[in-house]
Amino acid sequence: MELYQLTAHRLHAMLVKKEVSAAEITKAVFQRIDQVEDKVKSYITLTREQAETQAAEVDKKLAAGEAIGPLEGIPLALKDNLCTEGILTTCASKMLENFVPPYTATAVQKLYDANLVLVGKTNMDEFAMGSSTETSNFHLTHNPWDIERVPGGSSGGSASAVAAGQAIVSLGTDTGGSIRQPAAYCGVVGMKPTYGAVSRYGAVPFASSLDQIGPITKDVTDMAYMLNAICGHDPLDSTSANLQHPDFTKYLVNDIKGLKIGVPKEYLAEGIDAQVKNCIKEAITKLTELGAHVEETSLPHTDYAMPTYYLLATAEASSNLARYDGVSYGFRAADAEDVVDMFKRSRSQGFGDEVKLRIMLGTYSLSAGYYDAYYLKALKVRTLIKQDFDQALEKFDLLLGPTSPSTAFKIGELIHDPIQMYLQDICTIPVNLAGLPAISLPCGLVNNLPVGLQLIGKAFDEGTLLRVAYTFEQNTEYHRLRPEL
Amino acid sequence: MTQYEAVIGLEVHVELKTNTKIFCNCTTAFGGEPNHHTCPVCLGLPGTLPVLNKKVVEYAVRAGLALNCEIAGFSKFDRKNYYYPDLPKNYQVSQFDLPIARRGYVEIEVAGQTKRIGIHHIHMEEDAGKLVHQGNIMTTPYSLVDYNRGGMPLIEIVSEPDIRSPEEARAYVEKLRAIIQYTGVSDCRMEEGSLRCDVNISVRPKGQQEFGTKTEIKNLNSFRALQRAAAYEMERQIKVLESGGKIIQETRTWDEDKGITVSMRSKEEAHDYRYFPDPDLVPVVLDQQWIEFIKDSLPELPDQRRRRYVEQYGLPEYDAGILTLTKEMSDYFEETIGYYDKPKVISNWMMGEMSRLLNLSGTDITACKIKPRQLAELIKLIDQGTISGKIAKVVFEEMFASGKDPATIVQEKGLVQISDEGAIASVVEEVIAANPKSVEDYKAGKEKAIGFLVGQVMKATKGKANPDMVNKLLREKLQ
Repeated sequence: MELYQLTAHRLHAMLVKKEVSAAEITKAVFQRIDQVEDKVKSYITLTREQAETQAAEVDKKLAAGEAIGPLEGIPLALKDNLCTEGILTTCASKMLENFVPPYTATAVQKLYDANLVLVGKTNMDEFAMGSSTETSNFHLTHNPWDIERVPGGSSGGSASAVAAGQAIVSLGTDTGGSIRQPAAYCGVVGMKPTYGAVSRYGAVPFASSLDQIGPITKDVTDMAYMLNAICGHDPLDSTSANLQHPDFTKYLVNDIKGLKIGVPKEYLAEGIDAQVKNCIKEAITKLTELGAHVEETSLPHTDYAMPTYYLLATAEASSNLARYDGVSYGFRAADAEDVVDMFKRSRSQGFGDEVKLRIMLGTYSLSAGYYDAYYLKALKVRTLIKQDFDQALEKFDLLLGPTSPSTAFKIGELIHDPIQMYLQDICTIPVNLAGLPAISLPCGLVNNLPVGLQLIGKAFDEGTLLRVAYTFEQNTEYHRLRPEL
Repeated sequence: MTQYEAVIGLEVHVELKTNTKIFCNCTTAFGGEPNHHTCPVCLGLPGTLPVLNKKVVEYAVRAGLALNCEIAGFSKFDRKNYYYPDLPKNYQVSQFDLPIARRGYVEIEVAGQTKRIGIHHIHMEEDAGKLVHQGNIMTTPYSLVDYNRGGMPLIEIVSEPDIRSPEEARAYVEKLRAIIQYTGVSDCRMEEGSLRCDVNISVRPKGQQEFGTKTEIKNLNSFRALQRAAAYEMERQIKVLESGGKIIQETRTWDEDKGITVSMRSKEEAHDYRYFPDPDLVPVVLDQQWIEFIKDSLPELPDQRRRRYVEQYGLPEYDAGILTLTKEMSDYFEETIGYYDKPKVISNWMMGEMSRLLNLSGTDITACKIKPRQLAELIKLIDQGTISGKIAKVVFEEMFASGKDPATIVQEKGLVQISDEGAIASVVEEVIAANPKSVEDYKAGKEKAIGFLVGQVMKATKGKANPDMVNKLLREKLQ
């Protein structure tokens, strides 16, 4: 295999044995980008120079005989809603097309501290609103498995970059499935950690109570290393949990004997593609063979997750996105007559349609007279959805289902059908509402398109998810599949 | 004619005296180059998050306890959404339905009557920045934004509509300021905007139960403006009603120069703030023990101090009330007593000469050049008979201007009192000889005449003669 197709832990072993240099790895990844970026379009910004400097630092350490950490010298891609000091951070929006933050997101800083090599900032749905990376203001991203198809969204660029070998690992953000669904569509591993496990400081918010930063990797081992690097309390984020995280690599054990896995029947109900369902059933069979007890269970309020999510997420978004007004940074429309006109023009011209649609929905549901009927009601339903999970997870160690009801759809296929588009996240959204951790890993191919298996765990029990995912991976071959480009 | 009364409720914003802003580590120092006291967090740059300053909570609790409020064990922050260029995020982080403190009161004295004014609640919030214009806001070619004030910690104290007159409104805010100052959580400088108030006011015929339609007057920044604006608005509303008109619910501003209130926006244009819980902040959960600890550490408050002044120092209620109106005044008083134990005399000097000169020069007692020790020394000089009370006033003025010690001034200007009986006696004789008419009047029983003669002696000695001695000698000679 080519260097760009390898995992971080494999490359680390090679670096330590001096079989390869960090500079060579970086070069291989940029060569791959030069080769396929025209077809895939994963990136908004490339940071070639910074990457070369960072790689040289790692090589210097190696040459001096110093020990290096597990992710040092590993090429990294970042979703373009994660703030990077001195580097353009656009959220794929015209509104921020010229925004260079004077600060770095905490999760990114931790990866800098771990000496990863930044390759670039990846394409996404504008302000993380979408499930296909089609709402980007800049360009479309294509699925490396079939360039006619979407990579999923909103972290589509981060998933396609890893899948296509344009980066070894990446970070995305997940508000309603935006890491897991593109990871599933692109045949890679994606995790949304427990809400609060990773600091949100520096992640441009879409919906603050749901957003979470998480890694996208080629396998579960890399995922454990990435979690080790980014989890932890941050004094800059009061919603980040103040607790000690375990060494996640301890959970990389090939053993799930006696674990109890629940399969919510709602996640295999109507609307889930039959072939996707088959892949999930095969995975269940496999896990049973490996010693897990798998049983059907129920999350009775699942049907309400979609409307609840769209009320809460849009309400928060309408407020979070109010700051883009053209006053002190970002896009400002020309020829305004007065300050109110300047606000209106800047926002009308700076935001794309999906963002405007959601701002309007959110503004409406928070308005006087509608608050109780919509926002407040949604908050209450959120509690019920959370309780469903709490009850199920009292009985089971984790829950299992598909990540997405289908495989990657064609570009343009759903863009004018928002409801169908929103349904792509039906299996992932409840997890965000409950604040739980969930991982998506490849579990099969349907018509040469990857299918994602989703595992949902108890709060701050990422370890069990890693253990089950690792065991599945060690006993199957799906994680070794690479798209042909 | 119908007798009207006002129904007034006040919203008072108080800036807390913490070292850093409410959600970041920027300094709260007043002034500074525009936009220099800012960081990505208080500028609301994308991705930045607020982290609550614990000191702000402590100060809010302290103020709440001093104002007799119940402190909430559980409160939360909400977002108040509205667009304005000085508001970096276009929402203000504030508290809506679960504020930090509720159900308090303060007592005010108006026209000799004590009255209790209810406090509905106190909430914490961040301040906005400010717009700077070239000249007039309507004609300026551009606006500049200074975010130094953005993110400054505020508490908003919302009263019940218990206030019935502009005088009460003023007394309420004065009392509020005194209490807050005593707790040390704010210096309440109205001229620097660290205490600002909005007035909700309506009128109704006396005896009527229902409230009339109210208007709101925004941003009053002095006691005088508050009282005048409320009085003007009360009159205006009465006139409208008397002429058969209707009050429109609206927001008005006070035009200090013209002395009138002007309409800003009507209720129809009023904001829908779309409050909702701020998902970037966790609820504020307070430990009852911590609240008790703060309660125990509260200093003596104005009312307590006032009572003590009456009991311990035997001061009249009136004096005690004036002296405790600001913490600075009252601290000054107590420090002076530490040097010389004559409370009433000190009080007289402070309420008389000192207040007069402070008002005249527009200075604060904290900037007064006369230190408590010096005031005490001045009074001692009178007691010892070194100078007369009249001369003391001259010395006091000089002390006020130069900050010199009273003894030095007396020395330099040769103001030492003449207490030599022989010297005074000769002047007395001269005066008696020169004023036969008055002498006659006195002998005829006109007591007033003696005053004139004393005055003549004082005049002749340039005020330096010991007045008691002059009196005594005059009466002896005229027997």
